Amino acid sequence: MSERLCPRDEADVVEAVRWAVSNERTLDVAGSGSKAALGRHIQTDVTLELKGLSGVTLYEPEELVLSARAGTPVAQIEALVADAKQMMAFEPMDFGPLLGLPAGGGTLGGLMACNLAGPRRPSAGAARDHALGIRAVSGRGEAFKAGGRVVKNVTGYDLPRGLAGSYGTFAAFTELTIKVLPRPETVETLLVLGLDDAAAASVMSGAVGSYYDVSGAAHVPADVAARIPVVAGAGRSVTALRLEGVKPSILHRRGKLEEMLRARGALSFLDADGSHAFWRAMRDVLPFALAEGGNVDTAKAVWRVSVAPMAGASIGAALREAGAMSFYDWTGGLVWIEMADAEPHTRRVREAVAQAGGGHATLIRASAPVRAAEEVFQPLDAITGALVKRMKSGFDPGRVLSPGRMYAGV
Amino acid sequence: MSGLVMPEPKADVLARRSQIIADLRAIVPGEGVIDTETEMRPFESDGVTAYRQLPLAVVLPSTTEQVSKVLAYAHANGIPVVPRGAGTSLSGGALPLADGILLGMGKFNRILDIDFANRSVVAQPGVTNLGITTAVAHEGFYYAPDPSSQIACTIGGNVGENSGGVHCLKYGLTTNNVLGVEMVLITGEIIRVGGKHLDSGGLDLLGLIVGSEGLLGVVTEVTVRILKKPETARAVLLGFPSSEAAGACVAAIIAAGIIPGGMEMMDRMMVHAAEAFLGAGYPLDVEALLIVELDGPEAEVNHLIDRVAEIGNGLGCMTLRASTSEEERVAFWAGRKAAFPAVGRISPDYLCMDGTIPRKALPEVLNRMEQMSEKYGLRCGNVFHAGDGNLHPLICYDANKPGELEKAEAFGADILLLCVEVGGVLTGEHGVGVEKRDLMPSMFDETDLAHQQRLKCAFDPDALLNPGKVFPVLHRCAELGRMHVSGGKLPFPDIPRF
Repeated sequence: MSERLCPRDEADVVEAVRWAVSNERTLDVAGSGSKAALGRHIQTDVTLELKGLSGVTLYEPEELVLSARAGTPVAQIEALVADAKQMMAFEPMDFGPLLGLPAGGGTLGGLMACNLAGPRRPSAGAARDHALGIRAVSGRGEAFKAGGRVVKNVTGYDLPRGLAGSYGTFAAFTELTIKVLPRPETVETLLVLGLDDAAAASVMSGAVGSYYDVSGAAHVPADVAARIPVVAGAGRSVTALRLEGVKPSILHRRGKLEEMLRARGALSFLDADGSHAFWRAMRDVLPFALAEGGNVDTAKAVWRVSVAPMAGASIGAALREAGAMSFYDWTGGLVWIEMADAEPHTRRVREAVAQAGGGHATLIRASAPVRAAEEVFQPLDAITGALVKRMKSGFDPGRVLSPGRMYAGV
Repeated sequence: MSGLVMPEPKADVLARRSQIIADLRAIVPGEGVIDTETEMRPFESDGVTAYRQLPLAVVLPSTTEQVSKVLAYAHANGIPVVPRGAGTSLSGGALPLADGILLGMGKFNRILDIDFANRSVVAQPGVTNLGITTAVAHEGFYYAPDPSSQIACTIGGNVGENSGGVHCLKYGLTTNNVLGVEMVLITGEIIRVGGKHLDSGGLDLLGLIVGSEGLLGVVTEVTVRILKKPETARAVLLGFPSSEAAGACVAAIIAAGIIPGGMEMMDRMMVHAAEAFLGAGYPLDVEALLIVELDGPEAEVNHLIDRVAEIGNGLGCMTLRASTSEEERVAFWAGRKAAFPAVGRISPDYLCMDGTIPRKALPEVLNRMEQMSEKYGLRCGNVFHAGDGNLHPLICYDANKPGELEKAEAFGADILLLCVEVGGVLTGEHGVGVEKRDLMPSMFDETDLAHQQRLKCAFDPDALLNPGKVFPVLHRCAELGRMHVSGGKLPFPDIPRF
């Protein structure tokens, strides 16, 4: 493990980056390191560990706004807003279980740098949709801010959103301001049993396109359902439709959806506790989780694919022939794939995405040598790639911040 | 207009005008190039009519290939380009330049794909905002962002400005509802970002493009998500004896976990103006009027209406009426929607401002605006997207009285600086354009602005796309590219390490 620099505040981050620039050293920008196994595998001189920049600096529930330093644990923020009956509505996934780490290890900076989302993505957005403001230090060793603390703001370029998902390659976040929203009073889940992938896509599309405010639509084929305790008993595939809100509304909507779907398959349902367990499994990809302490290098490869919702089933079908298991979230558009072994079959996956009409495929779990050699993120075309390199030159001309973590040369 | 300095027109470009027009005609034949003063006159300003400038030429391409060739030509010849949708900008974003091509995207007016199963629409940028909703309404769908100009403004302009509307607290701004774009860079190169899928899987270029005010590229195709229209919508009118009480009601509704589809506040002056204009039935004895709209499944809406009424009653509201029919709901909104023309009736001219503030600062901001109103001797009414803190003060003035416009502008600038002072921002949905350009340093320091401009440099290093907008001083990219890092070659910085 490389040496770790542990700044205490933004001024320390500035100093660390200036040091790296003057000495031509590279920094791996990290929070707590919980997502170190994501992205292309890179070697840097020093890890810039931001978890010392911790603490919520502003939380005003009536204003729906929260600011915290970048190293603040996500778990701490979730507990704080839950006390005020609020939530991060984008339902950020926790990569811990998938990567063989304990749950709850991530930081707010990491959440934004990786643009996390969860099953509520189609209706509520991803982290980027809730980013209001940032403070950050670019690869020039300069602290800057962008955005603000109010929901509606078009003053200047939207750098808070644009840097969400940049994996620390343009700037190291030091403080973030996000939108928070009320937590639904309760939740239930309607299940349709025994559908094949294509029929499930049509059921999910119909439900999400109905009046009945479905805030999560996922499909789990029978082999994957067997790995989720709360639905394993069904012994069949499970198509899940989540209803959240006030009790009278949920009862009304559930009744309407049952009428709509009765002819499509056997119906069942999960109460609030069952729903929490099921959607947690979807959010954190628990069917493909690695035992804590498990070895990512020898584990089965895992892909995350996003395509048009109706095209998801074709990805699952194309890869099943190679022995892969898949399940679908985001109304069918998000496909989680566990390959038959550690071999990622990159070309095959990307071809399936292209055949499905385009989207993106990210190699989430693979050994370090594979992640060093392969394009982990969806490759950029030549024009976009050149544009992104020019952006890198603007923000980090010395290429000191996590160089190559996303794309070679960036 | 008072003191607005635009970039000095390039003498060499002006001198080559006839050759440039001939060259542009070779790219966009027929009536696609306009060069006479009379025909260019309608393009000399946008929604901010106080700023006027005839362009070098107006070009109206009809294909992406033509856009690409026009931009490549402008790039090769150092000619500025100002993109324009319907010209409804309220910040002067489409103000032409004397040495610049005004690139009108009005001919890109077709919807290319309606995909109900994937809940998305692919449209050319010149399709109006309302045009998208109209195209999908027969299946009960709609496009959520609804700026007041939605009947005229285009989806391409919405992408440029990240437009909002009254429903964005619940349904988001343009940026939350756009899935992808095709965009032409100043080099003429064409990129595609996003599609019918969600997120980028990596760097979020789409997030940077939306709201970039035409400074990064020209959008030639837009993919948006559409939503099922809520089954029911009902509105409640709540009148309060003070803006503090109305503000407390807004905070209490949100604290109760309710996110209304729309939540609007009008002050006394606006209530009276709207009532005199079309007799919406608003109570005239209140200091502040709230319109709270709940939408969704019927059972939920009815349940929440009762809760909002309880909250209002608990906070001393003087009037409380819940709509019982669609006609009544529309009538509640009619006065709010007519707020601007209503002010037009009581004042010869008005300026519409667009700051956002933390909601809790509302009483302070209203009080201080009242003091400013006395200081400047100009009336000012307020409509307020109360849910998200977006304030639209309307400053009344008479352009025929010498000096009054300048006074109104100074009043407006003071209001925006006040918004920043209380923790808010200069613009919530209208954009910076030229109108708020010179106020940017009140919110951002040199380093902040330099980082924004470095993004601009990656897309448009010669600053040919919409120059003179957004940035008070556009530094040369070569200058911004230099690194000034001080600090010795220490073995390690003075930071804890392990």
